[in-house]
Amino acid sequence: MTVLLETHGLSKNFGGLKAVSDVNFRVEKGEVRAVIGPNGAGKTTFVSLISGRIAPSAGTILFEGADVTALPAFRRVQKGIAYTFQITSIYANLSVAENVALAAHRPGGTASLEPLERVGLADRASQVAGTLAYGHQRLLEVAMGLALKPKLLILDEPTQGLSDAEIDNFIGLVRGVAQDATVLLIEHNMPLVMELAHRITVLDRGAILAEGTPEDIRANPAVQAAYLGTG
Amino acid sequence: MTARIVMLHGAVILALFLLQFVASDYAVLTITRIMVLAIYALGYNILFGYAGLLSLGHAMFFATGLYAAALGVTRLGMAVPEAFLFALACGVIVSFVIGLIALRANGVAFMIVTLMFSQAAFLTVLYFGDITRGDEGIVIKDSERAFSAFGTAVNLADPVLRYNIALAFLAVAIALCLVVVRSKIGHVLVAIRENENRTAMLGYDVKLYKLIAFVLSGAFAAFSGAVYALLFAYAGATLASIQYSINPLLWTLLGGAATVLGPVLGTALMFLLVDFASGFTSASLLFVGMVLILLVLFFPKGILGTLRQRWWRWLP
Repeated sequence: MTVLLETHGLSKNFGGLKAVSDVNFRVEKGEVRAVIGPNGAGKTTFVSLISGRIAPSAGTILFEGADVTALPAFRRVQKGIAYTFQITSIYANLSVAENVALAAHRPGGTASLEPLERVGLADRASQVAGTLAYGHQRLLEVAMGLALKPKLLILDEPTQGLSDAEIDNFIGLVRGVAQDATVLLIEHNMPLVMELAHRITVLDRGAILAEGTPEDIRANPAVQAAYLGTG
Repeated sequence: MTARIVMLHGAVILALFLLQFVASDYAVLTITRIMVLAIYALGYNILFGYAGLLSLGHAMFFATGLYAAALGVTRLGMAVPEAFLFALACGVIVSFVIGLIALRANGVAFMIVTLMFSQAAFLTVLYFGDITRGDEGIVIKDSERAFSAFGTAVNLADPVLRYNIALAFLAVAIALCLVVVRSKIGHVLVAIRENENRTAMLGYDVKLYKLIAFVLSGAFAAFSGAVYALLFAYAGATLASIQYSINPLLWTLLGGAATVLGPVLGTALMFLLVDFASGFTSASLLFVGMVLILLVLFFPKGILGTLRQRWWRWLP
């Protein structure tokens, strides 16, 4: 197994608040890694550091062995780190097809509709994206991530606000994606995480509390304490 | 679909060409002026309409071209074609430098920064009054703007020739705009306008694309300024004032932002409106204000923008 992404001593302070502190983290190629943790644990800050949307206070980030810490977000996207927003961020006034074409770097042209087929939106290609139902907008967001053909796809709470049926559909989708990309999944939905993730990293107060297979994490007393407040 | 677009824009240019055979002398002069300023508006629209960046300081680029051309022929001994190129180069350089600084700001801050730079430029023009002749302005002598092209002497004081030169430049400007907005750059600019964060997170160098739009609009403005100075033999400080930063914004809004022909239509209508109103009142700006209120109420996307929304979806 080769290492795709590594962080060394990654930290981010907002004033006195240590949102992420001294995180050493590694993801292997081809795995589905979930990052979980209670609200305010620093999950979104952590993936924002990886995607380059915010700059770290300290530490380094290596992607495929190369130091990407100083690269702006768009360069990291070009290198293969795709990020889907926690709050749906699509081009609401443009057509679904144009949204995907922009992601595929063929704006205005004829991009492949394959990403739309994978999420099941191919029949809505000509619709204006803002008129899609919320669940479909989330899927479009994922389709845009796929169109980037990323090596690492970061999904920040992708199932937030989806119905149970939509979540089932989503599990199949992520399994498909994981065939040719590494997935970093930020999620609150425990059954989903347990079902999808190969390994789970638990963040609490900005630091890694535990890491392991779903079974390990389920059995870990420290994790139970962090979530349930006992101990 | 593409044929339809080429035909529409070609028809507009053909109509403007034919207009000179039926228009009165006064109308020929007015339309010449409209066409020259429409080039300014076309460039402004790339930045404002497509990239969604509202600059309140483009008079500085218009004035850059205006004074580069005027001083080029009166003081630096340039021939007219050289002065055009010199003005264009100055416009590119000035807008590149200002763009690097101003584009660090977003939204309202961007408007303020561009406005401040433009006001500084305006005051600079007044400060160096012994060179620029300040409010009084530089009047270019006919001998200074006489040149020969392809073996024939060109006299820019000839109204019909002037009309056709302006038309030729406008045609090139429209064609360039069409190419830009239908290219990858144009689509990425729209993406930045619609959702800047998302565009960066799709791997586009947002700062670079914004700078491209800024320099393109600055170059159009400077070229328009140069044509204005050389065709009308005049460069004055009024043309560097804030009014000339606001004008292209109003023209673009009236005609339809993010439509290629919108700025041309807007420039023409605003000119004709002021012309018509000043026929019976000195408060012609009152009419402009009323039209703007009506515009916001009934045509928030401008005339062509609304037409596109309702019927002509194919309009670029």
